[in-house]
Amino acid sequence: MEAEDGDEHAALKRSTLTEKHAAAAHRRERIAVALLQACSGVFIVAIGLLIAYLTVEGTRLFFTDHKTVAEFLFSPTYSPETGQVGALPFIIGSLAITAFAVLVGGPFGVAVGVFFSELAPKPVAAMMKPAVEVLVGIPSVVYGWLGLTLLVPLIRAATHAPGFGLLAAGIVLSIMILPTVITLSEDALRAVPLTLREGSLALGATRWQTIRRVLLPAASSGLTVAVILGIARAIGETMAVQLVIGNSPTLPRGLLNSASALPTQIVMDMGGAATGSLLQHTLFSMALLLLLIAMALIVAVRFTLRSRA
Amino acid sequence: MLKIARLAALLLGAIFIAPAVVQADSSSITAAGSTALLPLVKAAAETYQAEHPDVKISVTGGGSRVGITQVAAKAVDLGDSDILAGEYPTLVDHRVAVTGFALLVNSGVGVSALTKKQIQDIFSGKITNWKDVGGKDQNIVVINRPRSSGTRAVFIQTFMGGSPISQDGLVEDATGTAVSAVISTPGAISYATFTGVRNRGVTLLKINGVSPTDENVASGKYSFWSYEHIFTNGVAADATAKFLSFIQSDRKLVRQLGYIPIGDMKVAENDR
Repeated sequence: MEAEDGDEHAALKRSTLTEKHAAAAHRRERIAVALLQACSGVFIVAIGLLIAYLTVEGTRLFFTDHKTVAEFLFSPTYSPETGQVGALPFIIGSLAITAFAVLVGGPFGVAVGVFFSELAPKPVAAMMKPAVEVLVGIPSVVYGWLGLTLLVPLIRAATHAPGFGLLAAGIVLSIMILPTVITLSEDALRAVPLTLREGSLALGATRWQTIRRVLLPAASSGLTVAVILGIARAIGETMAVQLVIGNSPTLPRGLLNSASALPTQIVMDMGGAATGSLLQHTLFSMALLLLLIAMALIVAVRFTLRSRA
Repeated sequence: MLKIARLAALLLGAIFIAPAVVQADSSSITAAGSTALLPLVKAAAETYQAEHPDVKISVTGGGSRVGITQVAAKAVDLGDSDILAGEYPTLVDHRVAVTGFALLVNSGVGVSALTKKQIQDIFSGKITNWKDVGGKDQNIVVINRPRSSGTRAVFIQTFMGGSPISQDGLVEDATGTAVSAVISTPGAISYATFTGVRNRGVTLLKINGVSPTDENVASGKYSFWSYEHIFTNGVAADATAKFLSFIQSDRKLVRQLGYIPIGDMKVAENDR
């Protein structure tokens, strides 16, 4: 009887202890979850506010100043002080340097990705992977400065043009998108099942035939994403481009001409744009346009990834 | 969900309130604006802080229009500018010095003097080769400053006489980078403050036959100059007012840095 009592007592004590532990764990759980929720809540609110703010400010040009979307997008004359708000020179400038970067840096980056994933001996890959990561970590002003001190004089010497212009900006961007394209295309190729490689090689295909006929088609959607994210990296680049592009707010007539891009023109003019001025509204519309381009690129990435599945 | 919103609001609130608390320190002075005036304000701030350890002064550039918009928005205490700020009636003007501006060219163009008319034709895009103004057969590369620049505004008012600047030129966003670009780019021409071209080994042009010197500015023979303004939003607060009168009284510093003390001027007006 007494022994049973003791047992019961101990059991009761144990159960209270466990309950206490459980309660404490529960409390911590609630706090942790609440904190995580709060962080994501702040994040969502911040993103929402940002998009809403840019949308409101970026459309004032059309609603407050009664400019047409067509003038903004297609007029080649940018002179807000005389009421002309054409952003075509900057749209063309952005598209030109981004296209250049993707045409030059894209294939090059995919090629290096193939090398890393399929051909590189382990020690070589081990040495070069960190080198690619360093490329990501270099601040863009450093790329721009190197472009200004090395590339611009080189182009000047080779062509007798001033050196500043689309070509210089395009080359700098080609280098800047490399890490993105290399890393993502390597990942895409590594994701191709080993059995495909083995099957191809077992059929007697060479490594190049395997890469060209089997791996690249199999990884095509991943490679497309690599290039799209390269585009996203290029179109928003500001500092490096601003230092070498020449910043002329006119339609470029050739690769060697000085030009300007959407982000660089924003940074050149925003300091002096008085609140509520036509200039400020135009710059906000350009920022909104950049946001829309970024969104379109993300949608394109989603679409590419889904179409594979 | 309510809890999340409350926490989010709290965090956001903290983000906005924290800087306000830091800024509440009354003996700190902030200045921004004209890169033409920057060397003077910077040097004056250093000397003044050495004499008054309780005052903290932070000075940045950005361009004259930046200085004006920032001080009008009360983002800074002092807005530095080469130009007037007529569109903001609350701003109070304090003239601190005069600065001369020079037309500078790449040393290879073979030209050392231009007339006002020639300068206007070059910057409006009518003349595109140096041989048309007596120089070598070489394309002219015009280097401008951006819209936010007071130097650009003074240049336009002095030379352009209503005809627009050609948009084809390069644009460099600070005095220093513009001067560097002229030095390194064959055929280049640009404009900058006397302070900005000192000791840079760059060719300065005579304008209508007059050399760009302090004496010629002071006597009124050389017309490319302007007053340097520091704007305050309303009447300056005590600490700010003391610093302002310190800058205005230190003629030696003004001369040392390549500006011209207002008292040396034999002509007035010409305000932009």
